[in-house]
Amino acid sequence: MNELLLIVTVANERVALSAAAVESVVELDTLIPVPRAAPHVAGLSALRSRVMTVIDCMRSLELGTTDCSDGIREAAVVELDGHHYALIVDLVEDVVEALSDPTPVRAAMGAGWERVSQGMVETEQGPLLLVDVAALIAGAETKAAA
Amino acid sequence: MDDLIADFVAECREMLEALGGEIVAWEAQPGDRARLDSIFRFVHTVKGNCGFFEFPRLEALSHAAEDALADCRAGRRAPDGALVSAVLAVIDRIGEMVEAIEAGEDMPMGDDNHLIDALAPGAEGPATPALTTTADAATKASSAPRTIRLSVELLDRVMSTVSDMVLARNELARRLRESEGDVHVDGAFERLSSIIAEMRDAITRTRMQRIENLFVGLPRMVRDLSAELGKQVLVDVDGGDVELDREMIEMIRDPLTHIIRNGVDHGIEKPAERMAAGKREIGVLSVSARQSGNQILIDIHDDGRGIDGKKLVDKAIASGVISREDAAQLSSREQLMLIFEAGLSTAKEVTAISGRGVGMDVVRSNIERIGGIVEVDSKPGQGTHMTLRVPLTLTIIPALTVSIAGQSFAIPRSAIEEIVRANGESVALDYLGGAGVATIRGRRVPEISLARILGLESHVNEQDRTLIVLRPAGGDVYALSVDRIHDHEELVVKPAAPAVMATGLYAGTTLADDGSPILLFDPAGIAQVGGVRLETQERTARIAEGPSQEISKATPVLLFHGLDGGRRALRLAVVDRIEEVPASNIKEAAGQLRVQVGDAILPLAGATVADVGESKVRLFRLNDGVHEIGYAFAEVVDFATIEHDVIHSERPGEISGVSLINNEPAELIDAHWLFANHVGAAARKTEQLVCLVPVWDPWMQNMLRPLVEAAGYRIVDDPQDETADVVIACQGEEVPEDTTGKTIWLRAEPEAAGKKDESIYRYDRAGLLMALKTAGAGRGK
Repeated sequence: MNELLLIVTVANERVALSAAAVESVVELDTLIPVPRAAPHVAGLSALRSRVMTVIDCMRSLELGTTDCSDGIREAAVVELDGHHYALIVDLVEDVVEALSDPTPVRAAMGAGWERVSQGMVETEQGPLLLVDVAALIAGAETKAAA
Repeated sequence: MDDLIADFVAECREMLEALGGEIVAWEAQPGDRARLDSIFRFVHTVKGNCGFFEFPRLEALSHAAEDALADCRAGRRAPDGALVSAVLAVIDRIGEMVEAIEAGEDMPMGDDNHLIDALAPGAEGPATPALTTTADAATKASSAPRTIRLSVELLDRVMSTVSDMVLARNELARRLRESEGDVHVDGAFERLSSIIAEMRDAITRTRMQRIENLFVGLPRMVRDLSAELGKQVLVDVDGGDVELDREMIEMIRDPLTHIIRNGVDHGIEKPAERMAAGKREIGVLSVSARQSGNQILIDIHDDGRGIDGKKLVDKAIASGVISREDAAQLSSREQLMLIFEAGLSTAKEVTAISGRGVGMDVVRSNIERIGGIVEVDSKPGQGTHMTLRVPLTLTIIPALTVSIAGQSFAIPRSAIEEIVRANGESVALDYLGGAGVATIRGRRVPEISLARILGLESHVNEQDRTLIVLRPAGGDVYALSVDRIHDHEELVVKPAAPAVMATGLYAGTTLADDGSPILLFDPAGIAQVGGVRLETQERTARIAEGPSQEISKATPVLLFHGLDGGRRALRLAVVDRIEEVPASNIKEAAGQLRVQVGDAILPLAGATVADVGESKVRLFRLNDGVHEIGYAFAEVVDFATIEHDVIHSERPGEISGVSLINNEPAELIDAHWLFANHVGAAARKTEQLVCLVPVWDPWMQNMLRPLVEAAGYRIVDDPQDETADVVIACQGEEVPEDTTGKTIWLRAEPEAAGKKDESIYRYDRAGLLMALKTAGAGRGK
């Protein structure tokens, strides 16, 4: 299993995203809010003439709100069902190789993490939580139903 | 016609290409039934089309081949080598002719009879001169325009790429503006821009299709249908050259078909019935398309029995679509709109064609899904008129950009009915239980504050906002208040992510010229989120009109004390607003009191110089739609209505009468008299008469002209300019003969020259004005 993983930090936690899903890593500057959208939708941003929906991972995980007021934020751009999303993360660290298939995490995690978890993967940097991008985008379940 | 021929040529060419292999295989195996069939189909198709296009030679050839092949198919004749060669020769000749048609040339010369004769049983194989012409034709054909077939998906991909390119260009334009301009770069960019624009046009056109494709099947459908129903219907199709996005054409195919089926089935009567009703026994169903701005209008009109609104209402009540009370309130148009409610059908019995009660509601929802509107109008006994309005294309939407709390949004222009200022004339914004209701020229429409809906903090005062009156597809009007409106733009709209669409407020996203994303509103969604119930709105809006009319009968007035202390009332409708001006702004000028308010000088009523005093004066600004006057007052007492009888004053004046208002007498101000007396001649601008005054006469120009103008005439110098109502001339002068109006003759002597002299002494002011007045009245307005 040689899947590449992108290590990012969200809410002070290092987690892995499937690198194949991530198109690019960008720095967001302008952010146009979307009034009345689900809280984890931080807004819209444009990247190379494409409109991206910006997802605040912290809010999606119900772990607080990322402060977007200080300007530039790092984000991972993913495509899902033909739409482009930018996932705001605290930090994009590195790309590593997965050393194992994801295995269920048997310890009790926070509810938000539980929802987006695809399991634990072994890497050279130790075990990491593999996060389901689609679940992150869907946000908290109550909102996902809307 | 040219298009149809092009289609025919393309079809023949395709079939010929496909046949290439078949012919060879058939030659090897003349008994092969499948090959025989496909060749038969080809000549049959060609024969059918040729008859339509009047290509007699092609028709004769294909007809002969068809006969021979039909014999083979029926087993009357065994295909042999000679027949195969003969048929092949015919097909080759058809190919040559088709190429000639395509290139727009004359038919290749030559007699086809020997080819036809060769098809006869036992005939010798045909000669082969055709071959040489084939070679000629092939070289010529290569220069002719050729078509290829593309999948719509590919076109869509190209279209979306071009859209992206436009957006990328916009972004580049922005970057270029920001950086220091290099003339060469700018020049190159300009060129790129224009190329992209051209390309976008071309690509957009590839998606367009003539609506003919939709209409071409209608006559046949109606013919079959009317035959089945025992009716006689004539179809009149018009406007087939209107172009529409091909996706749109597919989207309206079913609704249009359904409306037409309905029209034939329910609308048009049986011949006997029509005769009895005094109509021609053949019913006429006309279908026409035309472009109106960015919309395509498709009208479907039948001269049948029309829709019985009452029957519809009964049915709607019976099926519980509306309550009996609501039903009583419906206008006739609203009654007809019931036809689009689910579960209604006026047909007495269910027929195979329509009338199962599924249909018209589906028609409406299909049309509305593509941003269109369907309207119905019907006169019982005279027919039904349906109109489909659909947008030209789905991807590029003309929109209005607005801003609220500093953020920009776009609103599709098709939904916008009008734009008014919240504090403008004849607009009032009231709040009932927290909900806004805007009254625009007497029409009550629910108001939705965009700031409130979006949960944004607006720094613009409610009264200073702009109201955009929206009519969402299929819904009823409401007013959306926004901070500011910006610009009309053509936006390339893309669907937004599901998380954004889930709000129900937005129809998509787009990029502004500065590269920042803009959300496009869905007007129907806003109404829904804003709590305006669209389905019932049409009815409640009308109900709201009822009471308001009753109130207007009770005449709302503004009760106030005049400067002299009198208790007076003024009809509320004429009061525009209240102003406060320093007393120094009030001056007596040009024969009456005038007040300066802002940049305007208005005649002032309700005061004399003595009343004005030293400090400030408050006044009503009255408006009759054209002119304004001021009316000074001391204080406003209250709003009231005139409920008691009015005792009218005996002679016309500022006070038209007295009435009890709030149990105390008050004088009613006659606004008409005020305007008549204070605005005077200037008020007649709209119906100005034209007077021709000789330009060469200084006395006329300098002395007479102001007098005539004061009498409300407009002066022209040159008789060529326009027809004058009155001509003024000195005695003994030539007058242009073509003047239709009256001529007033002036004389220099006080005394008339004789009894027949109808001229007027030129300083007889009263006589002159009288003459002008009668001349004006004589115009017979």
